[in-house]
Amino acid sequence: MATPTLTKAEDRTTVEHAARLAHVSKSFAGPTGQQLVLDDITLDVAPGEFVTLLGASGCGKSTLLNLVAGLDRPSKGSIETPGGRPALMFQEHALFPWLTAGKNIELALRLRGVPKSERRTEAERLLELVRLGGAYGKRVHELSGGMRQRVAMARALAQDSQLLLMDEPFAALDAITRDVLHDELTRIWAETNASVLFVTHNVREAVRLAQRVVLLSSRPGRIAREWTVGIEQPRRIEDTAVAELSVEITEELRGEIRRHGQH
Amino acid sequence: MASTDITSDRKRPDGTAAGPVGRKPDDLAGLEAGLDALEAVQIRRTPVREVLLRKVLPPFVAVALVLVVWELLVRAQVTEAYKLPPPSAVWDSAREMWLAGTLLDVVWTSVSRGLLGFLLAVAIGTPLGLLVARVKLVRAAIGPILSGLQSLPSVAWVAPAVIWLGLNDQMMFAVILLGAVPSIANGLVSGVDQVPPLFLRAGRTLGATGLRGTWHIVLPAALPGYLAGLKQGWAFSWRSLMAAEIIASSPELGLGLGQLLENGRSNFDMPGIFLSILLILFVGIAIDLLIFSPLERWVLRSRGLLVKN
Repeated sequence: MATPTLTKAEDRTTVEHAARLAHVSKSFAGPTGQQLVLDDITLDVAPGEFVTLLGASGCGKSTLLNLVAGLDRPSKGSIETPGGRPALMFQEHALFPWLTAGKNIELALRLRGVPKSERRTEAERLLELVRLGGAYGKRVHELSGGMRQRVAMARALAQDSQLLLMDEPFAALDAITRDVLHDELTRIWAETNASVLFVTHNVREAVRLAQRVVLLSSRPGRIAREWTVGIEQPRRIEDTAVAELSVEITEELRGEIRRHGQH
Repeated sequence: MASTDITSDRKRPDGTAAGPVGRKPDDLAGLEAGLDALEAVQIRRTPVREVLLRKVLPPFVAVALVLVVWELLVRAQVTEAYKLPPPSAVWDSAREMWLAGTLLDVVWTSVSRGLLGFLLAVAIGTPLGLLVARVKLVRAAIGPILSGLQSLPSVAWVAPAVIWLGLNDQMMFAVILLGAVPSIANGLVSGVDQVPPLFLRAGRTLGATGLRGTWHIVLPAALPGYLAGLKQGWAFSWRSLMAAEIIASSPELGLGLGQLLENGRSNFDMPGIFLSILLILFVGIAIDLLIFSPLERWVLRSRGLLVKN
């Protein structure tokens, strides 16, 4: 990578993990006392690794991501992110409508401490990276849904974090756009060497993207099973190998959901 | 573009090498460009002719209609001439003042007082509103009082202000502040309350916490509500000032629009009274049209919040 602002791959491999979750539990005060949402989650994300967290609704996957992002504290257990504050992408683009696409990215750079003289160039480079070279001066409402998520991705990358957390970032997009953004994410992930922890309820999406799929059970969320996805990138969501693994994981997921109907 | 940069020696934690990624790069870029073009939102600006026809013309027609009805009422002699002067008499009165060179002075005396008082109210109301919006204890303590003050007519403050401060400009400013500060502060509070929590979360993940979060996220996000508060704050400033000028007249205070109205009353000069009322109304509308409306429209349009129909 010729880009000076991104941490070099060598530096990143010096830490053993991008995130380490040890026996993490989280409970909230509910109507019937303390409600356990996450139970004893232990998970490592290696540097440069792409992990998807998969689960039905109520499995606490967004809660888990908030904990890793530092927006909330675990009730028990510990979370380490040695690479500093992780970047977080939401299902909604969460771009600031009072700023242009370029200025949104520059705000992230500014908050990271990038000197003013370098911000513009860096913002334009990041927009190029998500193939939105001409969108610097565009307002958020002038962009399509897919473009907004790409600007949001560029803004997240502007944090230059070792770990990118993604909370169902493509769930609100149409299938064609989502498919294209899967390709983009795979490409950008490979170019930036970042680790990704990606939350989704879409099994095929999980298999399409990840090196490792972690299935969470619901209420409380526990790690039910893990799969290592050996299928070589570039994958397509229609690939037979993706489909076969998806069928297997879906069966398991359905089993988890069925357990809740039995009592 | 850069997918050729990726080398297959990059070992993945599971031992597999990352292969060349993506379809043919141009293929994906082309697909994406197509999608962007298909989905991009087209922004159309309304042509000037349409703006003139739909926005500018109607109020002029309405004003002309009012003048016509007024003239007709005078001609029909519905009441005595001293009670309802014809529009021409009011016009003559304005012309007289203009020729004497006093018209602009009178308007400026009030407008400068009003604007200065309003700016003071902004300087006080803004930090106060921010404090109420962000500090729970402060909100619990003075939030309800602030909302209550908004419904208290500021004319009620004229009497104590005169006793405390005397007949001077400070007294005018005190009345303006008591009228406008609550509006401005409340506008900011409701603006801050309506900031989507998602922006705050996004800001925090970007590292905008504490004062930096307030400056970079909360204040710009609350701007539409704040502007509405400013607009209302100006209306309250102007009204309070007029009340103060009508009630508290003294030669040392100089001749403002309020005093002009009061003088008209004591001289039984109905065209003068009408002229004063029209001037007060005109200034209020002009400031709104020249300053606040364009500001508000610009903020809303730049955020895509202005719905065109």
